[in-house]
Amino acid sequence: MSLPLLEVRNLIKHYPQVQAVNGVSFNLAAGTCFGLLGPNGAGKTTTVEILEGIHTPTAGEILYKGEPVGKKFRNEAGIMFQSTALQDYITVRETLQMFARLYPQHADIDNLIARCNLGEYLDRDNRKLSGGQRQRLLLAIALVNNPDMIFLDEPTTGLDPQARRNFWDLIESIKAEGRTILLTTHYMDEAYVLCDDIAIMDHGQIIAQGSPKQLLAKHFNDVVLQLPAADMKNADTLPYAVHQHKELIEITTQDVNQTIQELLARDISLSHLQIRSRNLDDLFLELTGKQLRT
Amino acid sequence: MFWQRFLALLGARNKEFIRDRSAMSWNILMPVLIVAGFAFTFTGDFADQYKVGVTLPAQQLADSNEAFLKTKYIEFIPVSDVNKAIVKVERHQLDMLLDINGKRYWINNESPKGYLVEKVMLAVHSTPLQKQTVSGKEIRYVDWVIPGILSMNMMYSALFGVGFVIVRYRKNGMLKRLKATPLRAYEYLSAQIVSRLLLIMATTIFIFYGTDFFIGYAMYGSHLSLFLVFALGAINMISLGLIIAARVTSEETAGGLLNAVSWPMMFLSGVWFSLEGTNPLMQQLAEILPLTHVTAAARAIMIDGAGLAQISYHLIVLLMQTFLFMFIGAYAFRWE
Repeated sequence: MSLPLLEVRNLIKHYPQVQAVNGVSFNLAAGTCFGLLGPNGAGKTTTVEILEGIHTPTAGEILYKGEPVGKKFRNEAGIMFQSTALQDYITVRETLQMFARLYPQHADIDNLIARCNLGEYLDRDNRKLSGGQRQRLLLAIALVNNPDMIFLDEPTTGLDPQARRNFWDLIESIKAEGRTILLTTHYMDEAYVLCDDIAIMDHGQIIAQGSPKQLLAKHFNDVVLQLPAADMKNADTLPYAVHQHKELIEITTQDVNQTIQELLARDISLSHLQIRSRNLDDLFLELTGKQLRT
Repeated sequence: MFWQRFLALLGARNKEFIRDRSAMSWNILMPVLIVAGFAFTFTGDFADQYKVGVTLPAQQLADSNEAFLKTKYIEFIPVSDVNKAIVKVERHQLDMLLDINGKRYWINNESPKGYLVEKVMLAVHSTPLQKQTVSGKEIRYVDWVIPGILSMNMMYSALFGVGFVIVRYRKNGMLKRLKATPLRAYEYLSAQIVSRLLLIMATTIFIFYGTDFFIGYAMYGSHLSLFLVFALGAINMISLGLIIAARVTSEETAGGLLNAVSWPMMFLSGVWFSLEGTNPLMQQLAEILPLTHVTAAARAIMIDGAGLAQISYHLIVLLMQTFLFMFIGAYAFRWE
């Protein structure tokens, strides 16, 4: 078995009155995308920022290519923070050139510009970029040193659906080059599409870890039937787990046929019936009891 | 690698300053307006009082029965050092110097007030006196105040231009982003210091020669020495700004601290009025303020024609403070 690119061993970070990270351990295999999920306050940002070298851990060990993180890691890691201000009054091109010169070796700037689709506004002041343009520039900065390991902290937050999809394509192409990605996100569909492996954190600890499919298979053997609340009467008398979300009733069942027969027997209209598999949102709620985006 | 990173940050920071037209305009316009205001306000003979230096001790001067020494509207000032008093006649700070025992007097050929005082003296004085003439331009208030104004402008640019900017970058996450690169703190701070130093020196030179072209300052010393004093003063106060910016994360706190440092310096450093004769405690306090030494050294060069040896005390104090401020600022600096 090949050596993991990044090994995190029993990471702990305590602040005077907060235990932000409590013994987090995981490995990142080279060329994979690892997703770190969790609600706000779960400790994922602290964990990631310790890995990025922004904070020092109270205890624990981080190995990069088998060695403690240090100068080599800084030269070979690319980082995209969730919210980073860029220097005012300088252009996109100048920003890329400035960051490129901070590293001993850097990627070809023209290729980077083409790849992140920055060509149209290369000479635009950073202050005048739209949300999507800005995120693409931040990704380009994260790639400017041709990194082996890339940290993407909620890279698509605030983007419209089309911009998100475009961003996913970019991340897929980075992954296809064999680079290793650590992604934090609040979007479960994003994690499902992009990540080979995910870890769900809560209260500073990892509470579940595996591939999205493995985790769903491990925790669920049922499906969800969705019906408009207006079509349902006495839903709470059904012999299944029933939840109402605004105008929608969700019935969780292991036997779809039997449940549908039960509904038909009660003369409930199935015109608007939808059946969906359990997803990562459900898994998160199941494990933490919290809304993911709180 | 140091130079590559240093130059990358230096270039970016300079571009930011030059392209921020409102900040740059204000940096240049404010001192120009102040200088122009003083030049306009103190043009003309507002002070009608005539001043004559007399080589007599104060008591003897008061008791003298010489008719000329009883003339109204002329202030007679006891003088102990003739050579210094002659320089004051050259600079129009005295309208005449009278050596009664030596039976001679000095006036400046270019001084209208000296001419009038001489006429009065010759009309009433009993014994003949030997006339000595000197020449030299008048030292106006604007000549006296310009070293202080330039130093003060430098102080604001250094403190706020470095202190405030670093705090803003810390607050908005720019420093955090830079920390995630191989960049070292000393590389970042060096670039900030040099960038601000270059900009301060460029604007100071522009303001000095620009306003000198219209007003024409008294400049008896070396331009190179003046440049050295301003450069050392700028590095000193940039380093002071680094201390304030080392850990503060709020622009409001930084603004308060910067004002707490800059306001006493503006009023207690002899920028606007001479500290001679002020409260000794205030003079001692002024001694620890960098602006006092920059202003005093620049003024000595411009008005008294002092060389580096004569202002060495100020230079040494500034140098020692600079090392101290830099050490504290670099030691205390945090990216976040």
